[in-house]
Amino acid sequence: MTVRPEVTVALESRFRDIKVSEFRGRTRVVVEAAQLLDVMTSLRETHGFDLLVDVTCVDYLNYRDAANRFGLVYLLANATSAERLTVRAFVDDPDPTVASLVPLWEGANWMEREVWDMFGIQFEGHPDMRRILLPDEFTAHPLRKDYPLQGRGERHNFPVLARGEG
Amino acid sequence: MPLTLADATAAGDGEQDYLWTLNFGPQHPATHTTLRLILKLDGERVVDAIPDLGYLHSGFEKIGEHLDYNQYVTVTDRMNYISPMANNVAWHHAVENLLGIELTPRCKYIRTIIAELARISDHLLSTGAIGLDTGAFTFFLYAFYQREKIYDIFESLCGARFTNSYTRVGGVMHDITPVTITKIREFVSDFPRTVDDMERLLNRNRIFVDRTKNVGLLSKQDAINRSTSGPVARASGVTRDLRKDEPYLAYDDFDFQVCCSNAGDCFARYYVRMAEMRESLKIVEQAVENIPAGPVNVGVDERTTLPSKEQVYQTIEGTITHFELVMANRGFEVPVEESYAAVEAPNGELGFYLVGDGSDVAYRARCRPPSYIHFALFPELIRGHTLSDVVAVLGSLNIIAAELDR
Repeated sequence: MTVRPEVTVALESRFRDIKVSEFRGRTRVVVEAAQLLDVMTSLRETHGFDLLVDVTCVDYLNYRDAANRFGLVYLLANATSAERLTVRAFVDDPDPTVASLVPLWEGANWMEREVWDMFGIQFEGHPDMRRILLPDEFTAHPLRKDYPLQGRGERHNFPVLARGEG
Repeated sequence: MPLTLADATAAGDGEQDYLWTLNFGPQHPATHTTLRLILKLDGERVVDAIPDLGYLHSGFEKIGEHLDYNQYVTVTDRMNYISPMANNVAWHHAVENLLGIELTPRCKYIRTIIAELARISDHLLSTGAIGLDTGAFTFFLYAFYQREKIYDIFESLCGARFTNSYTRVGGVMHDITPVTITKIREFVSDFPRTVDDMERLLNRNRIFVDRTKNVGLLSKQDAINRSTSGPVARASGVTRDLRKDEPYLAYDDFDFQVCCSNAGDCFARYYVRMAEMRESLKIVEQAVENIPAGPVNVGVDERTTLPSKEQVYQTIEGTITHFELVMANRGFEVPVEESYAAVEAPNGELGFYLVGDGSDVAYRARCRPPSYIHFALFPELIRGHTLSDVVAVLGSLNIIAAELDR
């Protein structure tokens, strides 16, 4: 279901450079990464998008006509009316950073940790920015497109505890 | 450095010397799967719990960028492996949303039936497991006997009992047969008796109720704030159910209720799941008696499903479509677009965020796993309860580690 037109109109009037598009009946907006927290706060407080469904990221390294390296994707919904909105923001190398949404949604915590783990995107203001799925000594961010499917030998070089020492 | 027991103890200050640390998992009968918790205990009371995950991480999302839209369905089987059919349906629901394929009415009904049977089998296991962990072994056996019946149905439907991989882009592997329909009818008439028995065993069982009521309380506000979905959210009073809110497949045609509770404790989560099984059975019953006639896959001219062997050998369109789909440099026509589509899986909202780049392999296949989001709740829910409540809370969240870690 597309969102009420007044939501996109309100966003466009309040923030600069907001691009609204629609695909298969879902509304999507692209915002500037610097404005992300403000846009999200306004969507949550004013427009009733109280549910953060998912946070994820796409690495556009080899993507056709892509201008930026990483695209962050935030899926929002209204828990009562089932309205959905997709918010996207782009960040770039060498230092991809975006504001954390943990102050708004407690649920963003682990989702952002996974994005950091897999893509190496820093979330400013996140209370616990550690790896979550991969071991802490892992150095790469494997869902980036320049990371090979078979890995870089981490599996063979994984530290093994020797028996009978100490 | 990996998370060690020393980290957890170091986090407490000097005044808390009396706290001791318990390593729960990764191999423990009550975790049911491979997950690890580091518990800080004050006697029997849990002061804090630190989940440590990733033991089963297998790079499913990375694999999704290298397998085509039909092949990847085998990987979705291995996510929430106690209801693989629901994952198959979720995956191809998302793919068809990206590709813009409208399914045939018959296919919609078949997928609805299998998704609901998968829900019943998932709820049987998760309620059965919480029974098992709190000492009700008989209850677990009742649940597992019926799960075998559902496996039998799936076996006659697609040949596989466990990893079904039944759906295809634009359709399903085989049409449903009269044998399967007979089996489903038998199940529909038998199953209510088992649910009655199960509810009689536990609903007023003093031990079970004492161990689950008022344990692991989750308020409605927290449930929304922490992105929960499915039975966990509905047990806390969130009425969100994608089957009603954004009806996909054939859910619009059926009469069923969304099951909710306001209590938000472990018992409510168990109770909501039991109630949902009855509603799912109502859907299966209505669907199986009203399956529309007609083709099960979308037409050959859409060039998305592999045509039947008769079509391949006897018609030129069938031959062309077959080659178009299996040749390495052809395949599906996918828009250079991104989309998200989700279904109400047994555990909650299971969705896939797909990025298409024109080829027949997804550029990005993000899975929104309900178990991952629900496991993040765990420390919050267990704080202040006793060690024996750990298994009750864990069981009521129904964490499936393969879906948690992917």
